[in-house]
Amino acid sequence: MKNNNLKALIFFLGPAMLAIFVFFFIPVVSAFVISFTDFDIYSLGDFSNARFIGLRNYSQLFEDPLFWTALQNTFFFVILAGPLSVFVSLFAAMLLNSKLVKFKGIFRLTYFMPVVTTLIAVAIVWRFIYHPRFGLLNYLLGFFQINPVDWLGDPFWAMPAIVLMSVWKNFGYNMIIFIAGLNNIPSDLYEAATIEGASWWQQFRSITLPMLVPTTLFISVITMIGYFQLFAEPYIMTQGGPLNKTLSIVQYMYQEGFRWWNMGYSAAIAFVLFFIIFLGTVIQSLIHKKLKHA
Amino acid sequence: MKNNLLRRVEQLHKKKFLQSDFSNLWKSVSSAKYALYFILLFSFISLSCNKKNDNQTEISFWAMGAEGEFVQKLVPEFEKQNPGIKVKVQMVPWTAAQEKLVTAYASENSPDVYQLGNTWVPQFSALGAIEELDQWIQKSSIVKREKYFEGIWDTNLLENKVYGIPWYVDTRVLFYRKDVLAKAGYNSPPKTWDELYDCSKKIKATQPADKYPIYVPTNEWAPFVIFGLQANANLLKNNATYGNFQSKEFQTAFSFLINFIKENLAPMSVSQVTNIYQAFAGEYLNMYISGPWNVNEFKKWMTGDLADKWMTAPLPNISNEKYPGVSLAGGSSLVMSKHSEKKAYAWKFIEYLSTPKTQAELYHLINDLPAVKEAWNDPLLKDDIYLKAFYDQFQNVVATPKIPEWEQIVFSKLQQYAEYTARGVMSVDEAMKAMDGDVNTILEKRRWMISRNLK
Repeated sequence: MKNNNLKALIFFLGPAMLAIFVFFFIPVVSAFVISFTDFDIYSLGDFSNARFIGLRNYSQLFEDPLFWTALQNTFFFVILAGPLSVFVSLFAAMLLNSKLVKFKGIFRLTYFMPVVTTLIAVAIVWRFIYHPRFGLLNYLLGFFQINPVDWLGDPFWAMPAIVLMSVWKNFGYNMIIFIAGLNNIPSDLYEAATIEGASWWQQFRSITLPMLVPTTLFISVITMIGYFQLFAEPYIMTQGGPLNKTLSIVQYMYQEGFRWWNMGYSAAIAFVLFFIIFLGTVIQSLIHKKLKHA
Repeated sequence: MKNNLLRRVEQLHKKKFLQSDFSNLWKSVSSAKYALYFILLFSFISLSCNKKNDNQTEISFWAMGAEGEFVQKLVPEFEKQNPGIKVKVQMVPWTAAQEKLVTAYASENSPDVYQLGNTWVPQFSALGAIEELDQWIQKSSIVKREKYFEGIWDTNLLENKVYGIPWYVDTRVLFYRKDVLAKAGYNSPPKTWDELYDCSKKIKATQPADKYPIYVPTNEWAPFVIFGLQANANLLKNNATYGNFQSKEFQTAFSFLINFIKENLAPMSVSQVTNIYQAFAGEYLNMYISGPWNVNEFKKWMTGDLADKWMTAPLPNISNEKYPGVSLAGGSSLVMSKHSEKKAYAWKFIEYLSTPKTQAELYHLINDLPAVKEAWNDPLLKDDIYLKAFYDQFQNVVATPKIPEWEQIVFSKLQQYAEYTARGVMSVDEAMKAMDGDVNTILEKRRWMISRNLK
């Protein structure tokens, strides 16, 4: 009988395991190995041109000012856009969940629309919104007597501009998950609280927030992982400029690897990024564990 | 052979199938073998499907962007002239072209003939992906060195061996607003650096402060290199293994261009100019060093009153000794895969694309400037007033350093430091010192390769 079990196991899990092994495990391991070599355009032609250089890619990386700039930008983006994104989607979800709102379907659709729109199209539209001379945003600011800002061309404003666009583009997705989370909170909790005379704020703090902890954990982990991999937005909007202020770590990795074919160096960047995301996820789950037990 | 083997494997499996106890662990292993068998079977089927009529040879040709789209129209004529050869054209978008070609090479799926930007030729030759073409050229009556612009032909030479045949060419010239320059007292375009600067100053004086005489985008490396070459700078030294951007010559040229931005003669931020044609139409910009790809766009945008208000001119030079000053030899080349099994047919196709007639036709289709000089006699090219500047400029074009790392050096480093200096984050001195440092790091591998080959 035991044999039968094993057979079933192999039958059902085998194909998936095989696929994971071939398409995930092997590439990851080989990328890890490559990160200890100087694999580049010369080595693509003739493998003997690759040298095993130990940790030199990593040590070079930590001395590379561009890497630190990219890392700093990415952290800036995650810290600014992450919480903002979670907050905006929670806010939108609460609004849409309110009994006062009519035509919920239309609003939900509208808010979700940016998520399913192609980023290229969105980026082009936003580039015009941000345009220093003809942009809608500067036009609106003009009513308040604020001088036009070169949003994407100014080293200070470029990243906040990208943050704003990314939050707008992504909040709909998290909003849907939050709505599901809100719907899962039993309504009798609110009824009981109302009878006891709890204010809206008290209800929000003592019922809604604690009940949403698992949802928030999920959303913040997913958002963080996604935002650490910031790539397409700056790639299309600013190409990393001005003054490399919007260069993200993934963009730097892409440039090194697929533009200049420094595969070894690029793989090293990838593993540093992996390590950072891994740490971030662990920290977040620790925080939420504490919150849950508190 | 293989078929026999398969049959035997199949028979063996059948036997096992009958004998085996279904609860046997072996069954699962043999089912894995069946999966393998099926994969083999499918690959056989797909292989046999690929086999076409025996007296038809198919060669594959990859071309980028618009070329990929329109070169299809040139193929039927070739197939008519060469019955028995079929050409399969594959279009590759420019943005993904290099990636796709390198991957195709790595997986041994390179097309027989393909288009390469001529600055990519060194890279693909370093990969060992492309065929050296001298022996083919010697036998050819169509492809001959003297039929091409000298500077352009040279971009395909590596250690005196030819690796690509120029297909179409481009270079950078000066686009300018005739009327605005005339208002500033320039009835003919500037011919020296001094005139260029003086002209910009004068235009600035005639215009409101939020308009600019010239456009020097820091995300275009070409003008910086062009002006450097005009100042006689050696961009790289010691057999192109070390950077030499700190040289006095290059710094002079670099500061000259950056000063346009610093003195507010050119806009600082690239994001302010989303549409260069609109900017030209509105006199927001009045001079711009750019390539032939913009001629048609300008024609499209500058209509009505504006139609005769713009012009092209060869580039000014550092002094008035020789005009025009040197510009860059750009364009695309046709290369042949080293591992192609149909080289003779591939060469025929390259020859066909290199005849003056086909070259002129390519211009008719997508306005690619012909690499073969004779094709410029075509009336459409000859009578186009905007193209004359290009023809003159092609007499004085040079190749950029022919090393695989060149694109990384200019795109990722030179442009970055141009922006840093334009925005005043670094002085020209500091920037060029940092530039050389970065370039030396990039070229480390090249130094190692050279030292190893010497041993």
